[in-house]
Amino acid sequence: MNLLDQVKQAILAPNGIQELHIEQVMHNLLSAAVDEADLYFQSSHSESWSLEGGIVKEGSHSIEQGVGVRAVAGEKTGFAYSERIELPILLRAADNVKAIVKQGQHVKVNVQPAKDWPTYYPTFNPLKSLADQEKVALLHKLDVETRQLDSRIEDVMISLMGVHDNILVASQDGSLVADIRPLVRLNVTVIVVAADGRRERGSMGGGARADYGYFIDQDLALSYGKEALRQALVNLEAEDAPAGNMTVVLGSGWPGILLHEAIGHGLEGDFNRKGTSAFSGRVGERVASDLCTVVDDGTLVGRRGSLSIDDEGTPTQNTVLIEKGILKGYLQDKLNARLMGVSSTGNGRRESYAHMPMPRMTNTYMLPGASDPEEIIRSVKNGLYAKNFGGGQVDITSGKFVFSASEAYLIENGKITRPVKGATLVGNGPDVLTKVSMVGNDLALDSGVGTCGKEGQSVPVGVGQPTLKIDGITVGGTRV
Amino acid sequence: MQNQEEINRLKNIAQDLLNEAKKQGASAAEAALSVDDGLSVTARLGDVETIEYHCGQGLGVTVYFGQRKGSASSTDLSPESIHETVLAACSIARFASEDAYAGLPDKATLATQFPDLDLYHPWTLDATQALAIAIECEQAAREYHPDITNSEGATLSSHQGIRVFGNSLDFIQGYASTRHSLSCSVLGQRGDSMQRDYWYSVARNAAHLESASDIGRKAGERIIKRLDARRISTRQCPVLYSPDVAGGLIGAFLGAISGGNLYRKTSFLLDSLGQAVFPDFIRIHEQPLLKNALGSSAYDAEGVTTQTRDIVSQGIVQGYVLGSYSARKLGLQTTGNAGGVHNLEISSGSDDFAALLKRMDTGLLVTELMGQGVNSVTGDYSRGASGFWVERGEIQYPVEEITIAGNLKDMFKNIVAVGNDMDLRGNIRCGSILLEQMSIAGE
Repeated sequence: MNLLDQVKQAILAPNGIQELHIEQVMHNLLSAAVDEADLYFQSSHSESWSLEGGIVKEGSHSIEQGVGVRAVAGEKTGFAYSERIELPILLRAADNVKAIVKQGQHVKVNVQPAKDWPTYYPTFNPLKSLADQEKVALLHKLDVETRQLDSRIEDVMISLMGVHDNILVASQDGSLVADIRPLVRLNVTVIVVAADGRRERGSMGGGARADYGYFIDQDLALSYGKEALRQALVNLEAEDAPAGNMTVVLGSGWPGILLHEAIGHGLEGDFNRKGTSAFSGRVGERVASDLCTVVDDGTLVGRRGSLSIDDEGTPTQNTVLIEKGILKGYLQDKLNARLMGVSSTGNGRRESYAHMPMPRMTNTYMLPGASDPEEIIRSVKNGLYAKNFGGGQVDITSGKFVFSASEAYLIENGKITRPVKGATLVGNGPDVLTKVSMVGNDLALDSGVGTCGKEGQSVPVGVGQPTLKIDGITVGGTRV
Repeated sequence: MQNQEEINRLKNIAQDLLNEAKKQGASAAEAALSVDDGLSVTARLGDVETIEYHCGQGLGVTVYFGQRKGSASSTDLSPESIHETVLAACSIARFASEDAYAGLPDKATLATQFPDLDLYHPWTLDATQALAIAIECEQAAREYHPDITNSEGATLSSHQGIRVFGNSLDFIQGYASTRHSLSCSVLGQRGDSMQRDYWYSVARNAAHLESASDIGRKAGERIIKRLDARRISTRQCPVLYSPDVAGGLIGAFLGAISGGNLYRKTSFLLDSLGQAVFPDFIRIHEQPLLKNALGSSAYDAEGVTTQTRDIVSQGIVQGYVLGSYSARKLGLQTTGNAGGVHNLEISSGSDDFAALLKRMDTGLLVTELMGQGVNSVTGDYSRGASGFWVERGEIQYPVEEITIAGNLKDMFKNIVAVGNDMDLRGNIRCGSILLEQMSIAGE
């Protein structure tokens, strides 16, 4: 059975919805003069298991199913959703949402499958890739092996999550597209206690659009335990971070969250169409040093942020955002692309059927440069090496951003010396990349744990970058 | 919504879930149901931007097989879904470990009194009326000052819902509630500097919302004040948290005395019961039975009676924030806080905001915080901030792109005063908080 038929079987058939019903609803929606209209059907099964204190304390299973109905005219959107996928409810929703448009029209819609598009992950159900007792055994084994690594470990907390997401998009041109999106994630947190009673915590995790075998095949699970322990022990030794403006070297991989927050959000089409971003109207201008090329790529095979099609049914792509320091373009969904006179970049995403789509990132990263990472460290007389980050946040309009380093060290005379804790970086999005003076040859993508929040909607994303040197950024420690 | 009828329908589904759990062999079970519907309308630049109709439903069940636990949830309330959701929960419980502390709360702790908390005030409002209010709000903001050049719009949301909770100790209760809000976010520009700010009002009863024009005007006022913000140099100085960010400090305290962090030993306030964490003038009072309030409930997420109590009095921790599981782990009694706290109020002195500025004399007024730089294990705190530089008790100029840092343990001890300018919009009701000193990182 092809992918579209599988998804129809999973969502439409059990609710007695056929293509002719979709045509009927679409016909109703299009009796108003709309620019875009779509129905988004979703059936999502997810589970989570958690271990703490040496026992698998709980697990949960969740089924979410529903349909979102949308009509867009000009800049106006009408939207309704329901957990009940029933024809009368769909017709009523269509009546409600098309009311944003006054004028009427007559359009005939013939629903048909869209032509084939490439897919970037398998369509299996990860929840079924291991029996429940094997999932539990995986957590226990990882707990025991992690605890054996160091006697200072006080507790280990592990969580395992899996999602099997089926979606089907019917658009106003009659096209039907579907996607099956597996997603798995494993996280380990280690709590260590020093001889003097001080405690610290370290966390590491990973994930992919794959099944649970992903964690077992290359022994990734234990590597997360080792990394969580290493970070906790480093933080146990860490002293207070310095405060003030200094040269900062960012590590490769997850620190690419800085690109995501400080640059990526500001390049989303909605903010730029409305002129509310610090990057608005700046295509063609220099926004970074010529060492910097940044892309958003939804087509990476198996990555957490990847999508074969976005939530409007548009195939994803590799979009160049910044090329050698020059701003090339924005991330678009259908509505904002139309209003800005460009094509959708396949970045129209939504948390679920109960949320409206908007431009969102997929996997956002900077391409590698020429410098050896060790040479980058050696070039810094005094500064901070931020090897890993916790979360961050940005104010799109002013461009100001904030990040918390979860692992950082002082650089003294070209050498990494003592670990510091509590370092927060604060800066300005449109400035920060102009101060990049060295880019490493060590591009790494994150391990697959990113979740991005925007207007209350969460979606999985990926980030990445090589080691970067930034000449002058404010570090907010306590040591003044 | 025909309330009583709908509550009874959901109670019946909850009972079906509990019966099904028993039938499938569970020794104990809990069931929760919810339905919500609502309308959100956004106006931008004087015209409609979005109209959203919300209509959600869900059920959840937790089953126990002795000391083993499993949970499942679904958005489908049909009889087939009830069977399958219970089946999924039971299948998980079969593979979970025995946990000596798992189980329902003690029957004696369950709520038996269910006063009417006056939480249900439906607003009969269609999209056209909602839009008119949103347009008025946004217009008041845009007309406030010529430097207000753009807008993210004004949004009016009106929601009503019903929640039902039951367990196999014969507890089944449900209630209806409403929540209405109006918010406005606008942009100001002067030269190259563009800033965004917002204001909002939220209430159970639409009659208690601030007026559309007041909300718009406040958003306008806030944005104009922060234009031409600059950075300040790295230094140590007193810091005054405005009421809308002061609640976050109290939130960090609540996290540190909550059961999960205490039994995991991931709190910087372990063994703080009976200890002076704050100066002696601080009282933190929990009031679950306040009529009309956003955090009110007669019972918590497990059906346990909520308590009107002091969490802190004279600066000393009087009780933790516990559900029955974390209470058993700690050898204590549940405090009726499964699912969180209910209407915390931080008692204030007689100083209003202006008096606190005078009292600070020279220092930083913080009105916005960014980032997650709070370590709950150690209390280390470092967050991005913006606000105003204050000298001789007067605001001098707006400040941005700096961080404020300290350790929460010291920060709590260093509270100098709490203002009477209490923000009532959240579950933590708190006025401005003045701290003796923090580290500022800037230029």
